[in-house]
Amino acid sequence: MANKQLTLAELENKAKEIRRLIIEMLARAGSGHPGGSLSATDLVTALYFNVLRFNPKDPQWPDRDRFHMSKGHCCPLWYAILAETGYFPKKELLTLRQLGSILQGHPDRGTPGIESASGSLGQGLSVALGMSLAAKVDKKDYRVYVLLGDGESQEGNIWEAAMAAAHFSVDNLCAILDYNGFQIDGKVKDVMNLEPLSAKWQAFGWNTIEIDGHNMGEILSAYEKAKTVKSKPTIIIAHTVKGKGVSFMENVAGFHGRAPTKEEAAKALEELK
Amino acid sequence: MAEQLYQRDVYGQTLLELGKQDKNIVVLDADLSCSTKTCFFAKEFPGRFFNFGVAEQNMMAAAAGLASCGKTVFVSTFAVFASGRAWDQVRNSISYNNFNVKIVATHAGITVGPDGASHQALEDIALMRVLPNMNVIVPCDGPQTADSVNAALKTPGPFYIRLGRPKITTIENKGEFKLGKAQTITEGSDVAIIACGVMVSEALLAVKNLAQKGIKARLINMHTIRPLDNEVILKAAKETKLIVVCEEHNVIGGLASAVQEVVAENFPKKVICLGIRNRFGQSGEPADLLKEYNLTGLDIEKAVLSGLS
Repeated sequence: MANKQLTLAELENKAKEIRRLIIEMLARAGSGHPGGSLSATDLVTALYFNVLRFNPKDPQWPDRDRFHMSKGHCCPLWYAILAETGYFPKKELLTLRQLGSILQGHPDRGTPGIESASGSLGQGLSVALGMSLAAKVDKKDYRVYVLLGDGESQEGNIWEAAMAAAHFSVDNLCAILDYNGFQIDGKVKDVMNLEPLSAKWQAFGWNTIEIDGHNMGEILSAYEKAKTVKSKPTIIIAHTVKGKGVSFMENVAGFHGRAPTKEEAAKALEELK
Repeated sequence: MAEQLYQRDVYGQTLLELGKQDKNIVVLDADLSCSTKTCFFAKEFPGRFFNFGVAEQNMMAAAAGLASCGKTVFVSTFAVFASGRAWDQVRNSISYNNFNVKIVATHAGITVGPDGASHQALEDIALMRVLPNMNVIVPCDGPQTADSVNAALKTPGPFYIRLGRPKITTIENKGEFKLGKAQTITEGSDVAIIACGVMVSEALLAVKNLAQKGIKARLINMHTIRPLDNEVILKAAKETKLIVVCEEHNVIGGLASAVQEVVAENFPKKVICLGIRNRFGQSGEPADLLKEYNLTGLDIEKAVLSGLS
């Protein structure tokens, strides 16, 4: 089951701790994706610590809620949370991206707590849809959450899945869009504009909730609202800041896929105290 | 006249029967259920059937999600879409995860006929056999289609089963079906003909003609391309003078390549490959297309005679 409910202040502290772990593991690995890991930290922290039903001692518990990270390059965030919630020892985090590590450069089923590989963008919403359909077929009440990226939303597969999820009326599915506005080559609106994004999802038949993705109160209330919506899936469009929490990484496209140096990491950790 | 069956009819019936016994089976299709024959299952078990419309990529990745929750998922569409359109989803969400997804692809090869090149998968064996974890079966007839589907259900992990569109002659006396174990249909030590799918019945015609000319041909039905029966290939390389491989597929990457890889590495021997070379398919009736692409029994006979001379 989910840990005891944390207060907003406790969640904020937990998110800060997760951000520290992300910086430490990426600096150690020497490569990886800090920007999107940091922008989605508050969303996924709130989900695991106050919403999701799971048991780290029994990762295959059939009634667990499912979480899937479609934007697989942000797995340092996932790994930090899985370690923090007890799926594996925290010391494993320092093996990220090394030969033989249980923590691969992109999600792999060899990591306890990970349901499906990801990394090739655009497939995760479909995978989550499959999980939602399985719950319907088996008449189980678990919910399925999937984290999407904004750059990733340029993949056609996302929109195939969006159409199908509404068609199959999977109200047990909740997508979370980490809308940080940046992708590798620059601003999303310059590379391939997604707007009007909320209207697109609504036109595809989804319930949409727009929030500030760094406001714990708004995040929790969005997850609660999504649970009450019947006969259609929900997407939480969370406006976030790429690199959130580390001043020199915020809104810098260059930190999409570059790990901090030792000096940068020290500076970042100082800011995250 | 030997029995002729549609492999996809047998598939549809088998799936329906299995669906009655195993409530864990779910079936997905992409707007082709009347052609792939998953419609039989759909009609009987609407709660366990999902039509994804014309969206194969979504269907394959959703199959992975269903399998991650313990379902046994059969996914069907035409071979050209299953293997080509959705290859990245098959690679990253199904094969890499080693999920229990059974892809049963119909309308493979040039014998699709009048629909022409866009619909004739000539690369699918190559695209599927290169993936780790993936099992690849090309059943030679109707009854073997049922055997293949049963084997896929019993064996954990991803499968690709390749079926044709037209009726196909049932091959008699081929013995028990075992995944990964080729069937020797006729014995002989002059030449070994290794074939899969519809080419087995064409090869059988060649074997009969060759026998009249005093040439004893060993006909091997290589129904499982992955895991490949290396043993039977090496035995053929050692015991016969020539190997001829026949497939309704590009000669690059399919059964011919698989056989050559084993032979070249272990017991070098002349291998003649009958398949499609550097061409796409085209419209036509299946029998005419087999002639056009030199894949008839007579073509096989000719290849054996020239190879042995």
